[in-house]
Amino acid sequence: MAKRSMRSVIVASTLASIVICGDAFAQSGRDYVYIVGSSTVYPFATVVAERFGRGSDFKTPKVESTGSGGGLKLFCDGIGVDYPDIANASRAIKQSELAMCASNGVAEVIEVKIGYDGIVVANAIAGREISLSRQDIFLALAKEVPGGADGDLIENPYQTWQDVNSSLPAQRIEVLGPPPTSGTRDAFVELAMEGGCKTIPWIAALKNEDGDKYKAVCHTIREDGKFIEAGENDNLIVQKLEANPSAFGIFGFSFLDQNAEKVKGAAIDGTVPTFDAIADGSYPVSRPLYFYVKKAHVDVIPGLRGFLREFTSERAWGEEGYLSDRGLIPMPTVERKAVANAVSQLTPLAVAEK
Amino acid sequence: MSGESTVTTRSKVERSLGKRRRKESIFRILGIASTLVGVLFLLVFFWTLIGQGSSAFLQTFIEIEVEFSEDILAPAGELDLAYADFDAIARNALREKFPDVTSRSERRELNQLISVGAGYQIKDAIAGDPDLLGTTLLMQVPAAANVDMVLKENIDRNLGEDRRPISDSQLEWIDALIADGSLVSKFNVALFTNGDSREPELAGIRGALMGSFYMLLITVALAFPIGAAAAIYLEEFAPKNRWSDLIEVNINNLAAVPSIVFGLLGLAVFINWMSIPRSAPLVGGLVLSLLTLPVIIIAARAAIKAVPPSIREAALGLGASKMQVVFHHVMPLAMPGMLTGTIIGMSRALGESAPLLMIGMVAFIVDVPAGFSDPATALPVQIYLWADSPERAFAERTSAAIIVLLGFLLVMNLAAVIMRKKVERKW
Repeated sequence: MAKRSMRSVIVASTLASIVICGDAFAQSGRDYVYIVGSSTVYPFATVVAERFGRGSDFKTPKVESTGSGGGLKLFCDGIGVDYPDIANASRAIKQSELAMCASNGVAEVIEVKIGYDGIVVANAIAGREISLSRQDIFLALAKEVPGGADGDLIENPYQTWQDVNSSLPAQRIEVLGPPPTSGTRDAFVELAMEGGCKTIPWIAALKNEDGDKYKAVCHTIREDGKFIEAGENDNLIVQKLEANPSAFGIFGFSFLDQNAEKVKGAAIDGTVPTFDAIADGSYPVSRPLYFYVKKAHVDVIPGLRGFLREFTSERAWGEEGYLSDRGLIPMPTVERKAVANAVSQLTPLAVAEK
Repeated sequence: MSGESTVTTRSKVERSLGKRRRKESIFRILGIASTLVGVLFLLVFFWTLIGQGSSAFLQTFIEIEVEFSEDILAPAGELDLAYADFDAIARNALREKFPDVTSRSERRELNQLISVGAGYQIKDAIAGDPDLLGTTLLMQVPAAANVDMVLKENIDRNLGEDRRPISDSQLEWIDALIADGSLVSKFNVALFTNGDSREPELAGIRGALMGSFYMLLITVALAFPIGAAAAIYLEEFAPKNRWSDLIEVNINNLAAVPSIVFGLLGLAVFINWMSIPRSAPLVGGLVLSLLTLPVIIIAARAAIKAVPPSIREAALGLGASKMQVVFHHVMPLAMPGMLTGTIIGMSRALGESAPLLMIGMVAFIVDVPAGFSDPATALPVQIYLWADSPERAFAERTSAAIIVLLGFLLVMNLAAVIMRKKVERKW
């Protein structure tokens, strides 16, 4: 009896594996839109995907959160059902990435700018209200800061915010932020750190003389424990800020928006991060968000054109659209019209000549 | 002479006795303390988990008088399921309760109390029964997540208006709805019947559960026969030489390899080389089988080793062939141990998320997978995705999903224990 039952177990499981493999290899086409890319755009792309899936006869698109760089790499690997149709990015695509796309046969890529996201420096409600300049941020967080004479760099000696700028409180510098793999970190370094770095004349002059050094000075964050890499999970940063009112955290505006009773955003260059300040461009640390579409996939993958139309519709990305409820800062009306128009015409990005 | 030496030994023992007893009691206290610390952490873990997660099993619904208006649903005379504005039907029904709300901005705020799920529910109702057109029906539709959070006191209503996601007038309306009994709290069925959603009140774990189920099916179908066959061969047939030692060392090593490495392997072999679709339970299952194979082989070998040699010798002595000895006598006796090992391997596979990160299973997937090649996610990955969502209401759902996952793990491990107890044989 035992013998027979065991034999049947083995036969059944072998059969099952064969059937399973056959099933996989029989699959050819793909009947859903496949999206990869930035974890910052993920919350917006998923909302659109869900609404599109429920409101239409098409399947709900699949959205993978891979980070901007990883997403664009997958996207540029080739044309066909095995490769993503759309890559989300929290920065513009680089010329090198476009060239890689082109060399893999992804010739025509349509760029869709969807709106803006602000990056905030926030602390707990119980913490002090603080107003920073971008220069303060650079001096507090850079690995090396200018010393006495022009051209001198010293290891960052600042321990408290007051050391950085005498008008700031004598509170230990303690900043929780995302790791280098994150697009938020890239954008923060580029907009806040470099923005502050440039205000020092001799470093700004360095940009033309020695670009690599300029980048190294402006983009390198200190590693002596004052800046703490808190992982990609922004909820965790919010929790840590609540527990430690003297710490600051760096994350996207949508998390500030959702957690307004726990954390507050510091004013940067005199502007408090609010929806309106980011929308009209007066808040300095904000960045555009994009997604990229393969033109060759548009009428091949079912639902792709409909998804594009949904994303670029007023009810999604408009001033009162459902994406703005999620913290996406809409573009001005004229710009929205122009982008929506370019999308419906499927105007591809120009690839620079080598 | 001899008397003197007994005295010295005895006195030596007596002198050291106090010290030895002290040492023993210190060791006992340390042992009890470390056990207590472990138990304490476990209790804190369960306490916070259940404290946070239990509220997710209840969900707030708004009772509204839904009018299936012909003007909205069938403007051209025909019922148009694809393009009719079902949200408007839900909004109108809520507005009936608050006739004083007239300004556009106020109406917008009022609309935010109701979930977008209301529209879907109305659509489903009329799709199932087209005769509803033109009639009214009392329906319980999901309230927006923020309303739910206010009722569960996860949003502090005493804070200033700019500090909470819900406005003063919205709070007033919520109180009015509570007063007339239109807000009802019911078991959160959606949590178990829906796929993922970005609306917390509509999000469920069914998609992730099905994904995990398909993956485990593949894992058990591959890892058990391969693992059992490998164990039988290595234990009963393989010659004992340098090669079999090398294989044994490698298998033991593989069991300790970090799981993310298996994910990278799966990405390289199954996706890039064999071009199996990303995010499919098939790939996940293959990766998890690799992951559990060493665990199963080791457990199965131990089970086979535990069968006493006398059984084999008796069978051989009665003229059975080597094959007959193994399959008629050793295997039936080793089977419970092998199955226990398999279940433990499966429960490890169920809890894994790291290898799945590499093969595209960290994805937003709404549709519940219906097969091995549909895109899917797994329960631990769903927990990870929810933990990272900005919306407040996902926090409790994260804990609820963890409770469900722990429940499954508990059941599987319990099954292993019961099986071991029930069919265990003492020699």
